[in-house]
Amino acid sequence: MSLAKITRITGRAVAVPGDDIDTDRIIPARYLRCVTFDGLGEHAFRDERFGPDESPKNHPLNLPSAKGAGILVAGFNFGCGSSREHAPQSLWRFGFHAIIAGSFAEIFFGNSTGIGVPCVCLSKDDLAALTSWVQANPQGEVTVDLEALKVNAGGKSYAATMPESARSVLMGGKWDSVAELLEGASAVDALAKSIQYIR
Amino acid sequence: MAKTLFQKVWDAHAVRKLPNGQTQLLIGTHLIHEVTSPQAFGMLRDLGLKVKFPHRTFATVDHIVPTNELKEPYSDSLAQEMIEALRRNTKESGIRLFDTTSGLQGIVHMVGPEQGITQPGMTIACGDSHTATHGAFGAIAFGIGTTQVRDVLATQTLSLSPLKVRRIEVNGKLAPGVYAKDVILHIIRDLGVNGGIGFAYEYAGTTFDAFSLEERMTVCNMSIEGGARCGYVNPDQKTCDYIKGRPYAPKDSEWAAVEAKWKSFASDPGCTYDDVRVYDAAKIRPTVTWGITPGQAIFIDESMPALETLQGGDLGTAEEAYRHMKLTPGKPIRGTKVDVAFLGSCTNGRISDLREVAKYLPGHKVKAGVKAIVVPGSQLTSIQAQKEGLDKIFIAAGFEWRGAGCSMCLAMNPDKLVGDQLCASSSNRNFKGRQGSATGRTVLMSPLMVAAAAITGEVTDAREIFKVS
Repeated sequence: MSLAKITRITGRAVAVPGDDIDTDRIIPARYLRCVTFDGLGEHAFRDERFGPDESPKNHPLNLPSAKGAGILVAGFNFGCGSSREHAPQSLWRFGFHAIIAGSFAEIFFGNSTGIGVPCVCLSKDDLAALTSWVQANPQGEVTVDLEALKVNAGGKSYAATMPESARSVLMGGKWDSVAELLEGASAVDALAKSIQYIR
Repeated sequence: MAKTLFQKVWDAHAVRKLPNGQTQLLIGTHLIHEVTSPQAFGMLRDLGLKVKFPHRTFATVDHIVPTNELKEPYSDSLAQEMIEALRRNTKESGIRLFDTTSGLQGIVHMVGPEQGITQPGMTIACGDSHTATHGAFGAIAFGIGTTQVRDVLATQTLSLSPLKVRRIEVNGKLAPGVYAKDVILHIIRDLGVNGGIGFAYEYAGTTFDAFSLEERMTVCNMSIEGGARCGYVNPDQKTCDYIKGRPYAPKDSEWAAVEAKWKSFASDPGCTYDDVRVYDAAKIRPTVTWGITPGQAIFIDESMPALETLQGGDLGTAEEAYRHMKLTPGKPIRGTKVDVAFLGSCTNGRISDLREVAKYLPGHKVKAGVKAIVVPGSQLTSIQAQKEGLDKIFIAAGFEWRGAGCSMCLAMNPDKLVGDQLCASSSNRNFKGRQGSATGRTVLMSPLMVAAAAITGEVTDAREIFKVS
């Protein structure tokens, strides 16, 4: 299994500001009624973007510039709530290949890393500055540089943070953990044999 | 060296250090359901992999299963398809499925404890964020995504970093009419919905010592709403007594040794915590949410926060919450009109919840125009409740008595709010759109408070309605 080495993502960005945006908002539960993740992209932020009659609301993802954007700029505690992987899957399928936020909920962060979507954090002030810049420059280019741990936009460079464990697997093309875990099979067998709590 | 339960269980299940610095951790017990597992089985097939230890995974259907229609095929063909997929996948892999006709089906976080599958000292994972419920037994239990469900099926392990441990001590006696639900809502209100990021929560103190396992489950269940992926209570004699005699409990001949081992997982006296918070149980009053996060909560007799008292992100979230909830800053929450009352979920759909409400219901009627439903979390709970005649008490009061499942907690089945209906709910999330309508509104509260709301048609203090003292 050969995976892409993710070192740098460049693209136009969309800012969806606000803290505590939960995964129900990212992908409402009715779209979990499926046995594959295909087709989830168009439903990202569905109820935030469209009214019950399908009329579009004033939402950043409905801006013409959102089409083809590759980077999402969010707030703090992004992706809280439900563990549904459908949330990062829908964002990825919408076209977002990196997410910048103030902080991430843990399960969402793990789910994103596992499908090769880097999630990096900026300080509060830097995030506010980047958000304003993105809103003012929807056609502008943003780069998430995992190697240097920077976010570059509008001639500015912001220091980003990300746990080293996630950064190393993304950069090394080992973000899908199953291959590494399978390598430990004999050690797993030995330990599992000694921990037989249910028979 | 003195260790926390978290450290002991983690160390016992650590397979090896991975090149990225994380730990390959053995997941002793894995629970699956119909919504987050089909893609994982699909990925396994694509990779040509098999389920490594089928006897360590248990399955049930809960999220999508209708609770008002007990005969198959269900009129919801997608629900039928997802349930069939789980049946096929578990059958092919040799995984035990607690199916709809077993009499044992229910919300996955209720089935584990009921069957004695959930035990102290275990690592438990499930593709559901409320997996921390099992922490009530002194297990390290947490929610995972679907790719990780695949990892557990294929390898029985996950790649993880250890968590810090915050001890949350609650001491003293709760006043009458104040419940475990109020305790956890109060904790989340205080520590914030993101306060637990990076932490496992250890719930302790004399209040937790006195709690039943079901009350402990209510608190552990909502750890994730405070940002903590995992929460637990140290195992004690009550934990052992709860498990004894259940289908998957160890045999009597092994019992003495097992009890000693289980209790040995409890955090050692003198161990070091990354943080400690202490609360006085006597100061907690019935708590309800007013906003769109579980941390936006107040005591029933308080007013909702005025916008001037908030700042930064809290202000932004509050403004959005007031817009969505159609409530007015600075006003009391009491008296807010209620359209729907939902009693159920993995937070508060257990037999003790139903018993507590049924104790006060006789002589009361659900207010005209309010839709009130009771959804026992599991078939065993439902059967037990019927044996005790609780179903008749609820029905006589005007509640609908339903089959077992997650139901209106996340509204993946036909139980949904309509338009901007406001629901008094014993569940765990008041997120925008959570209960099936994008404009629907949720107010979280304890089961007895839900009953009081059903009867009066408004958010109110159950202690007064039911003369609780």
